Amino acid sequence: MNYRKQTWRFVLITLLLAMAVAGCKKKVEPPPPPPPPPAKAATATISVSPSSIQPGQSATLTWSTENAKTVTVQGVTVAASGTQTVSPTQSTDYQVAAQGDPGTPEATNTARLTVTAPPPPPPPPPPPHQPSDDEIFSQGVHDIHFDYDKYDVRADDQASLTQTAQTISQHPNWVVLIEGNCDERGSTEYNIGLGGNRSTSARDFLVKAGVNPNQLKTHSNGKEKPVCNEGNEDCWQRNRNDHFSLQH
Amino acid sequence: MLKTSRPIVALSILLALGGLQAAAQDWIRTGTNRGAPIRLAVPDFKPSTGDPQTAPLNAVFNLTLWNDLDNSGVFEMVSKSFYPLQIPGAPGELKLDAWGTPPPDAAMLAFGNLGVANGKLTVLGWLFDAKNASTPQILGKQYSEDATPDNARLIAHRFADEIIFRLGGGIPGIAETKIYFISSRSGHKEVWGMDYDGAGQKQISHLNSIALSPRVSPDNSRVAFSAVTRDSWQIMMYSVDLGRLVSFPFLGGDNFSPAWSSDGTKFSFSSTMREGDPEIYMTDASGNGVKRLTTHKGTDSSPVFNPRTNGQIAWVSGRTGLPQIYIMDADGSNVQQITDQGYAVSPSWSPNGMLLAFAWFRKYGPGAPGAQDIYIMDIASRQFVQLTHGAGRNDFPSWSPDGRHLVFQSNRAGTEQIWSMLADGTHQQQITRDGKNSMPNWGFK
Repeated sequence: MNYRKQTWRFVLITLLLAMAVAGCKKKVEPPPPPPPPPAKAATATISVSPSSIQPGQSATLTWSTENAKTVTVQGVTVAASGTQTVSPTQSTDYQVAAQGDPGTPEATNTARLTVTAPPPPPPPPPPPHQPSDDEIFSQGVHDIHFDYDKYDVRADDQASLTQTAQTISQHPNWVVLIEGNCDERGSTEYNIGLGGNRSTSARDFLVKAGVNPNQLKTHSNGKEKPVCNEGNEDCWQRNRNDHFSLQH
Repeated sequence: MLKTSRPIVALSILLALGGLQAAAQDWIRTGTNRGAPIRLAVPDFKPSTGDPQTAPLNAVFNLTLWNDLDNSGVFEMVSKSFYPLQIPGAPGELKLDAWGTPPPDAAMLAFGNLGVANGKLTVLGWLFDAKNASTPQILGKQYSEDATPDNARLIAHRFADEIIFRLGGGIPGIAETKIYFISSRSGHKEVWGMDYDGAGQKQISHLNSIALSPRVSPDNSRVAFSAVTRDSWQIMMYSVDLGRLVSFPFLGGDNFSPAWSSDGTKFSFSSTMREGDPEIYMTDASGNGVKRLTTHKGTDSSPVFNPRTNGQIAWVSGRTGLPQIYIMDADGSNVQQITDQGYAVSPSWSPNGMLLAFAWFRKYGPGAPGAQDIYIMDIASRQFVQLTHGAGRNDFPSWSPDGRHLVFQSNRAGTEQIWSMLADGTHQQQITRDGKNSMPNWGFK
């Protein structure tokens, strides 16, 4: 062992000496140092897709850099480029930061992932439609009209009144008010009577058609409650009516 | 059955009517045949004190007195431009012959003075016969009231009525009377009251529903009307004395168009209380003792008693189609049809019992000429006179208690308003202007 160490020591020294002799002989100028390579700044981009999610969904971040020595996303060191799946519960700005050569500015880029509120739960399916009393009434009961100074039910209103009778009879809990109305031409007092005759005509028709008389109330408005205020026959005709309403 | 008559012909017939001489003669004085209206001079009353209220109250008094006498239909008012320069304030200042000879040529002279002292308004008034130099004085009156414009009007009305009573055939004047009517100016149709000339309009009912057909009792103490209450038309009773509604029975069905007998003991109206058909019913004045008078199908409404006898009722019936005027005895018997064409409604029976005023669309139907006008008919002869002539729709005539005037509603000025006229159709004048006003009813003296 000792022998080997000493042998190596001998060889080494010999070599060194040889080199020293040689060095002394050849004195050459050292070449200028090569210029340092230009410092390169990093660039970085980041994107997120999709840019909007709902809580529980995920999105993919994709970033890429150039000339980067170190790259971080949200402060965590990552590869120079790559992808990452994220699933935040709140809207988040994702930032990639890339540092190039020392002394160059850090490059950053941000992508925003918006987390939207969840949509309202879908409405429960509507229950099967039950028409209200008012809807049934407005479909099955219609006002009737009268000729001038007359209070007998016109032939063209008899079908309508028959339907009215059926509708009311099917709802024995209803109470229906029949209001007789007159146009403006008649005299005020006489029209109270005429309107009364008109409401009574409809009531008598309905009772004859099977309606319980206790479900019917009559009233005369005379010419005190016109639905139309123009002085022409069309308007007068509209004002000569029996108006039906469901009492609540 | 009916014959159209020229007014003068009809009024000649009215002249010939026997029985009520005073009323008939008066008719002619107020009628189109104004043979000899009395020429009356009324110089402004002279101020008798220097109180600052004297001049304005004197102006109110003079205007009211002049209008009352002019409205009466009894006088031909002598124009003030003919008056002598010296106006008398008392008999001592009067030169009678300056008034009784032309240019004024007055038959009668009313004059006097007015003054306020210590808050009291005192009026001295005289009526002199300008043609009777020896004993000219007919009236000498003194009035004293608190000094207000209302009292200045009231004193003028009283003095005018004294003059009219003396010179107008012994029939009391109507200057102090009231007219009840329906106005919607508050937003609802309510009962209102006013002086006969339209002054002092005031709301009486406050129901906020619909009130119609005011009818004042013969003693002026109550006003009956109909109104929507609890979903039906009911007779309401307002006490003028108490200033509030008083009870009246709630009857079934619709109850409307009330009427008083002239003795105040009976009451009539239209009601659907049985069977739903409007029929004429009669009760006592407090609404008890219901008795049915008509039985025909169709509307029967608007009863009015013959105020002379209370033994007859005129009313409107649609039993044959369009409404016509009928008369029956007060027990429902002896029905007579009075009109037989057109559309006839709203009868009002004259105080002397001889005439019916009513609203009539004589030629009724699509395209028919004419309008709804006021007519009066002599019941005995069935002769009629048309008082309004196609100016708008005229309805609800009501006689003044002296039988010389009618008040009615007309839309001739664009909206329904109350108008008055002499019973011959002259002197038509509008007396309401605020809101819409209808269904006038003339109170009693």
